[in-house]
Amino acid sequence: MALDDRKSEFTFVGTRPDRPDGLDKVTGRAKFGADMSAPGMLHGAILRSPHAHARIVKIDTSKAEAHKDVKAVVTRADFADVPFKPGLEGEFWNVLENVMAGEKALYDGHAVAAVAASSALAARDALKLIEVEYEVLPHVTDVDKAMAPDAPVIREGAADYSVPEGMHPNVVRYHESGHGDVEAGFAEADLIIEDSFVTEATHQGYIEPHACLGMLGNDGKGELWCTTQGHWIAQKTCAALLGIETSQLRVTASEIGGGFGGKTTVFIEPVALALSRKANRPVKIVMTRSEVFRATGPTASASMDVKIGMKKDGTISAAQGVFRLQGGAFPGAPGDMTAMCAFAPYNLTNVKQIGYDVMSNRPKQAAYRAPGAPMGAFAVESVIDELCKKLGLDPVDVRLKNAAHEGTKASYGPRYERIGLVETLEAAKAHPHYTAPLKPGQGRGISCGFWFNHGGETSVSLALSEDGSAQLMVGTPDIGGSRASMALMAAEVLGIPYENIRVTIADTATLGYNDVSHGSRVTYASGLATIKAAKHAVEKLCERAAAKWDIPVEAVKWENGCAVPSGPNAGDFDPMPLADITADMGRTGGPISGHFEATPEGAGVSFGTHIVDAEVDPETGKTSITRYTVIQDAGKAIHPTYVEGQFQGGAAQGIGWALNEEYIYGEDGRLQNSIFLDYRIPVASDLPMIDTVIVEVPNPGHPFGVRGVGETGIVPPLAAIANAVSNAAGVRMKQLPMSPPRILAALKDNNG
Amino acid sequence: MNYHSPASFAEASALAANATGITRFLAGGTDVLVQLRSDVVTPDTLIDIKKIDGVHDITRNADGSWTLGVAATGAEMTEHADLGRDWPGLVEAMDLIGSTQVQGRATLTGNLCNGSPAADSVPAMIAAGVTVTVTGPSGDREVAVEDVPTGPGKTSLAKGEVISAINIPARGENGGDAYLRFIPRTEMDIAVVGVAVNLRLDGDIITEARVSLGAVAPTVLLVEDCAKAIIGSALDDAALDALAAAASAACNPIDDKRGTIAFRTEVAGVLAKRAAKIAYARAKGEQA
Amino acid sequence: MSKLHVSTTVNGDTVEFLCDPRETLLDCLRDKLNLTGAKEGCGTGDCGACSVTVDGRLVCSCLVLGVEADGKSIETVEGIADGDILHPLQKKFIEHAALQCGICTPGILVAAKSLLEKNPNPTEEETRYWLAGNLCRCTGYDKIIRAVMETAEELREAS
Repeated sequence: MALDDRKSEFTFVGTRPDRPDGLDKVTGRAKFGADMSAPGMLHGAILRSPHAHARIVKIDTSKAEAHKDVKAVVTRADFADVPFKPGLEGEFWNVLENVMAGEKALYDGHAVAAVAASSALAARDALKLIEVEYEVLPHVTDVDKAMAPDAPVIREGAADYSVPEGMHPNVVRYHESGHGDVEAGFAEADLIIEDSFVTEATHQGYIEPHACLGMLGNDGKGELWCTTQGHWIAQKTCAALLGIETSQLRVTASEIGGGFGGKTTVFIEPVALALSRKANRPVKIVMTRSEVFRATGPTASASMDVKIGMKKDGTISAAQGVFRLQGGAFPGAPGDMTAMCAFAPYNLTNVKQIGYDVMSNRPKQAAYRAPGAPMGAFAVESVIDELCKKLGLDPVDVRLKNAAHEGTKASYGPRYERIGLVETLEAAKAHPHYTAPLKPGQGRGISCGFWFNHGGETSVSLALSEDGSAQLMVGTPDIGGSRASMALMAAEVLGIPYENIRVTIADTATLGYNDVSHGSRVTYASGLATIKAAKHAVEKLCERAAAKWDIPVEAVKWENGCAVPSGPNAGDFDPMPLADITADMGRTGGPISGHFEATPEGAGVSFGTHIVDAEVDPETGKTSITRYTVIQDAGKAIHPTYVEGQFQGGAAQGIGWALNEEYIYGEDGRLQNSIFLDYRIPVASDLPMIDTVIVEVPNPGHPFGVRGVGETGIVPPLAAIANAVSNAAGVRMKQLPMSPPRILAALKDNNG
Repeated sequence: MNYHSPASFAEASALAANATGITRFLAGGTDVLVQLRSDVVTPDTLIDIKKIDGVHDITRNADGSWTLGVAATGAEMTEHADLGRDWPGLVEAMDLIGSTQVQGRATLTGNLCNGSPAADSVPAMIAAGVTVTVTGPSGDREVAVEDVPTGPGKTSLAKGEVISAINIPARGENGGDAYLRFIPRTEMDIAVVGVAVNLRLDGDIITEARVSLGAVAPTVLLVEDCAKAIIGSALDDAALDALAAAASAACNPIDDKRGTIAFRTEVAGVLAKRAAKIAYARAKGEQA
Repeated sequence: MSKLHVSTTVNGDTVEFLCDPRETLLDCLRDKLNLTGAKEGCGTGDCGACSVTVDGRLVCSCLVLGVEADGKSIETVEGIADGDILHPLQKKFIEHAALQCGICTPGILVAAKSLLEKNPNPTEEETRYWLAGNLCRCTGYDKIIRAVMETAEELREAS
């Protein structure tokens, strides 16, 4: 991106105004996915496989169809014939197969049929009338077992070109990268630690279940309202799965009750549309919580081997890792991401990483906040901590000694531009938390974390009104207050008050394509596009002022919300406020608006360092987190309160992942804990206040220096807590979650 | 599903006796509604007993014993200062169930009739010697709480029988009770292990004790060996160790999503010690 | 079984509806009365997003049957503000960014209001335990707890 418009002095950016949608959200007025209804609306419900792996021999829907309240029943035959391709090339086929099973049910909870009825209760009752004959097949849910030679094959031909010869068909993608000579590096080491680590799958755990309302006519024109992180991908995917033209389906994003990556694809939306097409009435589907756990994407589970060599002075001489990720019955587990992120914080001469994407009989994994990165960091940062301990070195000093900086060749290839890892480590060292005394039974841990961040396709439009106010249309659903940061950036460029800007999340018919609200991209990419769109409008404002003053447009500049002559030679005119220009814009050339469309590439990678204190009850193995500090580089914090919120939220999810959250499968391959009672996300009484330090090392790829902040915060917690537990209890936990039974067993092994 | 809200227990009993299919009584509803909505149990007949007179009452009788209406909620129990002074362990056990919101609905009766071996209030009731009045087609009978659950999800109540009152003994002098449970979080979980201790002192010496364990066997256990381990002692270290050993020995748990056999067995002993110390301190009139 | 007639009071208004005995109070509020402020996050009483008060008592409306509401007085998030004047908790939640996605916010506001009515001076620990049944996945609770405690302080100073 052009860097000529870099800015470092701000009027609005960096302030903390109330969010524009605050009133709606504290009064119950905001409309989330399940809050919409339509005249004549039917309620849909989905029948799901009780088997982990089974051939669908026959589906008899006749009794359900005969039910007086049932208006439509659909199975796979009611969707388009989408071509199968290996790996991620065939993602539409993968999504369709996940949305509605074809020949086989591939996991407990896999959709096999759906009904639409005149009430939600009737739809639920009608599901019991559908008879499915299954031929139960052998199943596998563990990543290592799924790679073993005798593992049941989920699907032949799913592997892409990257997979080496001789691997099990369940291995569907392979990644290898690095540089230098790791064997030579290990030979230089004074101490080498090699260990294996396991993390369980965790769910994003958004509080709002998936919900949608779809209407599709026989004319191929449709409307879809849904809770999603990206309504354009929903539009594109639904159109492909239903065999209609993309532009004929208008998708409106509801307010979204959390996503964290889990709402970046479709599950129920194509089903609602298929039911609607058949019934010729609007159909609403709302998932139950159990459906969310059983059938929407948790993150991948992982099995990892990490080997690191260190010199006595703390220099890492070589590092290598093998990362095996299980992502359910479809390609997509981010083994490549795990591999690439694992060693990314460090300036390494010799590094090698291998990642596997493995299928098993579990739900299709979905992105979860820095997908793949937390697992790798858990393994790597645990080993680094052990090395520090054995060599008697300070864990922050060692990380500082090895920290990547501007110009470092990243473990995954490119050279870093300006980055802020060193600054976060220095802030950690200087933070009172790092030197605060600990009570008996407590331990302190630290960890660094890395995430790429993402740019992505982005379209923004800004329209000025006659009274001088502005309407800003962005296409990235507001997950956590982004309307506020968009309005702040627009205000900064236009020079009009924050309150005078109305930010709308536009539907798919109103803007060009927008990539999903993921990859920590919203403040970066939609922000960049907002700035550019506002500047586009400012150009036009300057043109109108120039015309009014009858001077060349080059002689006009924009300052504090007014057109002003660019210098003494331009003429002697009073500043012309924005509202004076817009007041008669209809007569001076027509409506003034600005827009911007691009795929910005300068997202700017992000680093964080976390400090955590944990206390372990040696008699029960129960861990409590007593103090937590997040330090992360935000580039430039547009609305610092919401930046802090992202830091805190990432840490809290990481705490859950580290201590208690996990997908638990029985011998029968069925998910055993599909309610919040047994899938244990942190509750208010589990957590301390979470302190935050915002480090600002501007991202050269954004006009205001923004780096995305959403994801990096979940990368360090797993390892930081494992390191704290190790220091508190004297046991090195290599499997997550560090649940009380696991810690107590480790303590017993240690003492016995 | 047919919904009834009878005006008396006799009427409730008659409705249940004459109903066909599955019958459930609705007290707090925190289990019944969950099972209904997840299609685990869809009753044919649902009998709401909350509209019967007096079901929310918490009454101290002349002899110091307590009678609780079957719909008295956890929140109502916690707010009743005198009940909490007499039976802090029992009230705390009830208060541990679910959230503030669940406390606004959940009842001792429902927790008992749900038949879960992990029910928090049940060990505390058993340790306290609580009985329930059961109204049936042939009149009322009184049943000890430990005789109600017969297995996971099962009770000894016959068709047409409904619990119509909870009877808590008089606290008496120099007594104290306590309940502790283990959960991985701080709130909102089902007990992995639960231990209730109720004891009486003569000076420093324990003269009476009842110890009950939850979530370590198909039903909540009343463990006599645990009581024996501490009766006659001043709860010294040897007695505590014997208590822990007896508690662990009594466990017959399962490996499941909430905990392992080894974990439950070990932690039952740990919690027994901790609960006994609290009950002992309370019996001595100390804050605990 | 045919539907049952229920007459109840919601946020001070007398309302009537017909419901199947299997329908919850939450279903009835949302689908029959169009009060969609209360959310269904779990349907099992574990998340608190459907929190309302029934005769002043904080409950999960997903664990109350619609028929049980007959003759009761229900308060929902839609009734927290006094007309166009926001309750101090609502103002403080916006000011503190005590919400990110906002899905848990209605339930948390109802629960927090109930806490402050019962205990005007809660400790941090009391506040955290009172709200333990209200799951929030976005914030880590930090800003929520601060907003509730600060509102409590302001209300104490004002009274």
